[in-house]
Amino acid sequence: MALLKMKFSQQRRVRLAQGLWLLSWLAVMCGAFIFCLGVYLKIELLRRDEVMEDTDIHAVPNLLMLVGLASIGANWVASRVCQDSLDASRFPRWKVLLLGWYAVAVLLCCLLLAVVVLSYALQGRLEESLKVGLRNGIRFYKDTDVPGRCFQKETIDRLQMEFRCCGNNNFKDWFEIQWVSNRYLDFTSQEVKDRIRSNVDGRYLLDGVPFSCCNPASPRPCLQNQLTDSRAHYNYEYQSEELNLYSRGCRQALTDYYMGLMNSTGPGVLSVILIQLSVLLSMRYLQTAVDGAMALESPEGESEGYILEKDVKATYAEVKAKALDLLKFAQVDPASEVAGAEEGEKAAEASAKAATPPPAS
Amino acid sequence: MPFLSLKFNLQKRVKLAQGLWMLYWLAVIVGIILFSLGIFFKIELRKRSEIMDNNESHLVPNLLILVGMLSCGLNAFGGKLCHDSLDPQKFSKMKPMLRPYMLLCCGFNVLLLLLVLLSFLMQFAVYLTLAEGLKNAIRFYKDTDTPGRCFMKRTLDMTQIEFRCCGNNNFRDWFEVQWISNRYLDMSNDVVKDRVLSNVEGKYLMDSVPFSCCNPGSPRPCIQHHLTNNSAHYDYDHRTEELNIWNRGCRQAVFSYYSGIMNSIGALLIFTIVLEAGDVAGLKYLSTALETMADPENPECESEGWLLEKGFKETLADLLSKVKTFGRANQVEEGGASPDADAT
Repeated sequence: MALLKMKFSQQRRVRLAQGLWLLSWLAVMCGAFIFCLGVYLKIELLRRDEVMEDTDIHAVPNLLMLVGLASIGANWVASRVCQDSLDASRFPRWKVLLLGWYAVAVLLCCLLLAVVVLSYALQGRLEESLKVGLRNGIRFYKDTDVPGRCFQKETIDRLQMEFRCCGNNNFKDWFEIQWVSNRYLDFTSQEVKDRIRSNVDGRYLLDGVPFSCCNPASPRPCLQNQLTDSRAHYNYEYQSEELNLYSRGCRQALTDYYMGLMNSTGPGVLSVILIQLSVLLSMRYLQTAVDGAMALESPEGESEGYILEKDVKATYAEVKAKALDLLKFAQVDPASEVAGAEEGEKAAEASAKAATPPPAS
Repeated sequence: MPFLSLKFNLQKRVKLAQGLWMLYWLAVIVGIILFSLGIFFKIELRKRSEIMDNNESHLVPNLLILVGMLSCGLNAFGGKLCHDSLDPQKFSKMKPMLRPYMLLCCGFNVLLLLLVLLSFLMQFAVYLTLAEGLKNAIRFYKDTDTPGRCFMKRTLDMTQIEFRCCGNNNFRDWFEVQWISNRYLDMSNDVVKDRVLSNVEGKYLMDSVPFSCCNPGSPRPCIQHHLTNNSAHYDYDHRTEELNIWNRGCRQAVFSYYSGIMNSIGALLIFTIVLEAGDVAGLKYLSTALETMADPENPECESEGWLLEKGFKETLADLLSKVKTFGRANQVEEGGASPDADAT
């Protein structure tokens, strides 16, 4: 009993071939879309490369690009098969390829599902990577004269302005490191000397933040220095001031941004999976219908199309038997083994007899 | 002697019709691009209308939107004309519409030319509006509690950050206005009182700039306050310091952005004019080639196509005489008046 059998007249076969040709070109466009999505995501990740410690998250766009390219190729092949399907002389040469094509199509769908799963699973790794990267970025903010780190300041400033965030977790991260380079500190000043001596590592720590933390929406001009001292500024209360600086941390801001990007691509990827599956099923119907038609005496007549020749259990049993057969080829057959063993013994005796006379002589 | 006449056989006529059809559809796409460019420009003007005092002129984007829609409509109709032209029945139905359509296209080209001129000349208006608007924006920067101006600070800060500029002409514009609201000034403080009393209008003026003037590319943390006082900061000379804050004025920066948009609109419009002129010329050739077929029943026959029926000078003379007779139709003729006079 074939699985999901359908009858196909000549006209229906032609319509199926035409529809599948259009669908496979649609699937080629979807493949191109997936590829472009992968490229876009990769570029966005590379732009903020400097504040990310490791590149585990790059697996998502890499996989998207690979699947996009493979999908373009596979669906282009599908469209060629459709074009040849109604021509009895040209269709048979594709027969060998089709089984491989089904495997590739199923693999592509599985990979796309894996991408969706990965984009959620790697969120933790992304956060970790951002935490370490931002911590280093903030530590090296002042090193604008060290080769390899001279643009760290500009990177962090632009990041904070673009993503409207301050520091790693919040703005207090800036209180814990020295972000003013020693080149711009007057070591003869008493104030500077006091600050440096006030902590163990001899760092110049301030309760101030860089200008890029300032929130333009604040009604008052930005207060950057002496933030914890409510008396240092007129009409300023440290605990209740909310709009002066950005309250979000950059790690949170960046994670939200990337998760938002990947979530918004989720529906697109799922619909591409659906389109690919429908191409797969239609191709199977077309193949079986055209094969059935070619086997008939009158090629114009009705034929049957199905997904599997027998039902699921019977097909599974058949596939298992075939696989075991293949494995048995490698093993030696027990009956012939005995006969072969006897022959081997005889041959061994003969060679032994041939070997013994020489010592006697 | 027809002006620029060419001979056409069937194959050439078919090729002309096909080529013209593609050209018309290219013109439709260009019309769509013009439409979207008009919308983009309108949105960009709206986004920054606060720093232009809300009286910027939307003439160019509005006309561009209109022109884009007209172009789509006219060229789609032209494409349909080409498509039907090789079918003699459909062509004879379309013939009366050809002349008014071509006149309409010529009028449309004149409109496009006008728009090109506008898009180059209106840049002066944008410049002047920006100058005035930015001056007011800097003055109202501190008024975050005045209804109608509460977002001026945010808008100006975002503009300075986005366009990497400071002040109107340069950063010294900030020294001339009070940009800190009185709500945040401790009037009992001596320093504040000195500053307020030191100028005629009682404004709290400083040699400082807002944080949005800071340049992130500077190697040192931003110096915003006491900019002209070298001794206020370690290792600082205000005459040689270049990277600390943005040097460019916002008027220049924003104007070059808008000027770039308007110049590219002008260039695209010039391309559109050339395309439209080519379309009209091609349509004239096609219609005359189809009309002058010696034997209408035989599609294979040869025909001639031209741009103008008589030569260029003769056509001009014809037009002038037509215009003159049009004016004379209202005058009473002298010969007609006297028989009446004789009769009475």
